[in-house]
Amino acid sequence: MIFLWAFLVGGAICVFGQICFDVFKLTPAHTMTLLVVLGAIGDGVGIYDPLIKFAGAGASIPITSFGNALVHGALDEMQKTGWIGIITGIFKVTSAGVSAAIIFSFIAALFVKPKG
Amino acid sequence: MSSKTKKFTPVQQEYQELAKKHEPKRPVLINCVKAFLVGGTICIVGQAVQEMFVHLAGFDEKKASNPTVAVMIFISVVLTCFGIYDKLAQWAGAGSAVPVTGFANTMSSAAIEHRSEGLVLGVGGKMFKISGPVIVFGVVAAFVVGILHLIFNPGATGGGH
Repeated sequence: MIFLWAFLVGGAICVFGQICFDVFKLTPAHTMTLLVVLGAIGDGVGIYDPLIKFAGAGASIPITSFGNALVHGALDEMQKTGWIGIITGIFKVTSAGVSAAIIFSFIAALFVKPKG
Repeated sequence: MSSKTKKFTPVQQEYQELAKKHEPKRPVLINCVKAFLVGGTICIVGQAVQEMFVHLAGFDEKKASNPTVAVMIFISVVLTCFGIYDKLAQWAGAGSAVPVTGFANTMSSAAIEHRSEGLVLGVGGKMFKISGPVIVFGVVAAFVVGILHLIFNPGATGGGH
């Protein structure tokens, strides 16, 4: 069942992105930025966590979850260490995504010739 | 009249309107269906990877999402290396751009494309061309949300008093 909800919710977020492309004529960078900010706000008002529980990867794979994870790290660390946690905690949860993307991309650039 | 076209002469404005009329209409509905199918499928793959981490490696649901994202990024970078992801992106539009795999694709394709400009200025500098704004605005938004929590929900913070 979780697979179905993952498909539907993940697909729906992508349709929102597509509408930003086609109807509002936003560039991919603008669209992704908008989605990340929406994800951050979503976690701020406490609706993103229930969504992840409900849709699994459908909510945690789209880029909105990046904003969610940034807020999550900040709030978690704030709970542990006080206000300074906002700064020290932001990248705590997203480290996997950002580091993996940087490292794999760098290695790829070393060995792969550009196509086209 | 939008602010962009205000500075134009009447002839130019006429041309703009003419050009707008003949601009091919974007097939919004079909694009949305494609985005839905591809985006949903990528999320199903993500869910499958996550289930694998839960059942085979003994992670709990919450801890499994981090390695899942890393695996999806790895898959995306490999597909980018072979030029497959960019072909998919042409067909799927936002369906492949919105998932975290699209984020990794923008980074790896920029890194590969600018390799010829050198490791430091090319790969290092241009890698974040598209994903940079995403990180910057994400962090700023998270900071603002954190501050708001601090103001309106100060009970949630421990220590540090």
